[in-house]
Amino acid sequence: MNHLAPAALDVARIRQDFPILSQTVRGKPLVFLDSAASAQKPRAVIDAMLHAMETQYANIHRGLHWMSERTTEAYEATRDDAARLLNAADRAEIVFVRNSTEAINLVAHSYGRGVLKPGQAVLISAMEHHSNIVPWHMLRDERGIELRIAPITDAGDLDLDGFERLLEDGRVGLVSVTHMSNVLGTYTPAGRIVQIAHAHGAKVLLDGSQAIVHRRVDVQALGCDFYAFTGHKLYGPTGIGVLWARRDLLERMPPFLGGGDMISSVSYERSSWAAVPHKFEAGTPAILEGIGLGAAIRYVESLGYDAIAAHEQTLTDHALARLSAIEGLTIIGRAQDRGGVVSFTLDRAHPHDVATLLDRSGIAVRAGHHCAEPLMHRLGIDSTARASFAAYTLPSEIDALADALIRVREFFG
Amino acid sequence: MTADTPDLYQEIILRHGRHPRHAGKPDRYDVMSRGDNPMCGDRIELFLSYGPDGRIAGSHFDARGCAISIASADLMAEAVAGLAPDEARRLFSRFGDMTRTGACPAGDATMEHLRPLVGVHEYPSRVKCATLPWHALMAALDGRGQATSE
Repeated sequence: MNHLAPAALDVARIRQDFPILSQTVRGKPLVFLDSAASAQKPRAVIDAMLHAMETQYANIHRGLHWMSERTTEAYEATRDDAARLLNAADRAEIVFVRNSTEAINLVAHSYGRGVLKPGQAVLISAMEHHSNIVPWHMLRDERGIELRIAPITDAGDLDLDGFERLLEDGRVGLVSVTHMSNVLGTYTPAGRIVQIAHAHGAKVLLDGSQAIVHRRVDVQALGCDFYAFTGHKLYGPTGIGVLWARRDLLERMPPFLGGGDMISSVSYERSSWAAVPHKFEAGTPAILEGIGLGAAIRYVESLGYDAIAAHEQTLTDHALARLSAIEGLTIIGRAQDRGGVVSFTLDRAHPHDVATLLDRSGIAVRAGHHCAEPLMHRLGIDSTARASFAAYTLPSEIDALADALIRVREFFG
Repeated sequence: MTADTPDLYQEIILRHGRHPRHAGKPDRYDVMSRGDNPMCGDRIELFLSYGPDGRIAGSHFDARGCAISIASADLMAEAVAGLAPDEARRLFSRFGDMTRTGACPAGDATMEHLRPLVGVHEYPSRVKCATLPWHALMAALDGRGQATSE
């Protein structure tokens, strides 16, 4: 990283890249503060998918004709894009999946059932999304692999001492934690997590669904063993995501799903597996979505992570300042290192009612338990409203949110 | 919040949502059921008591949820008091129709009582909030312990 401050994002120009942002909703200009659930798509992604459909679409990896070859090239180019995005050592370490949920299920299935042994444990944190809890419940119940939960502080930071204590007996084979909480906005100290876990003989899976939208991720610098992210939060299409894993681990893991594309040869008696990553990519994949993801990655790279991170910090600081000043509003999550996902509750108003009233003002936020019910219980609440930011978010949109929340507060008296 | 206040949040909804008259577990009841909306985490426990004639004598609830679900549970308790189970089932059906279509049948005193919730039809994601107590009521009438508004 150079010593100069990153060039500020030209948000007005960025917004022109996203056709949807000029919409009005219920007669008001759209204020879209729900990007952590799914981000909007830039013209580059829309055009890449349209172009593929209009000029070259065919199935990939098997056709001997021009169309299939062009589409295969475009799809496989995304593997290079993803490898570059994560600074992976080898493009074969990029496994395409549907989303982060499938990536974690793949690890739970293939690493959990194929490599971990009964009596070993998987360690997650108390602030995981259901997608990083349920697959481990299933593994535990099927294979007798213990599930441990690392504590968090009331502020929403990972309790690193408590985390390390759960590793001390050496039985944890895999640590699977979020890189950024989808509820609290907390960035977990991924580098430290990896150091501690490795010192105790555990591999590390990072769920990067949120983090990769906001910060540069370098899997070699982090030292982790698995990294999962989904395309649709990174301005790409739904139905496409990435599991990165160290090649030696992928080689040791049995396949996830069986079918076409993942085999080397098949007889009526047996099958042999294709080389990684194709061993894990059964069936016709999300071809157009894969092509769209490549365009999304290149779009994010064109903005630059330094500028994205600086913009997000500005937005987050502004949001925390404006929202904290609203009487009766409680920010949920006060971690020291936190990003542009801000959960809150409002006295006397249920988050669903808050969200509906905000929607009436053209402001889209999410409300509910955010697929993190255990975290809600840990925090002693049932649900929150959540505003989340993206590269196209304007400070004035946060002002619109704060002003509307003041009116909601008055409305509910 | 006047110009952009949705019709759904009328004073009557706010009043029932904030100060429900039928909230709290009663000392005596005949059947209890629970309703869950797993998508949002809303939850209601419904306590139903029958009169000697088999009609619904009273309905109380213990709920965590939004103003819409609490107000709906409270208005439901008022609407079903004195109804025979089959009458309550028919009312459930008509209430469901109203929340989906936004049409409240005219000249029906019971439906008129539930009319404040007609605005929920404009918010498809909130219809389940309004119908959750009703699903719990159906579970109680059927002797099932559990219901969901999914």
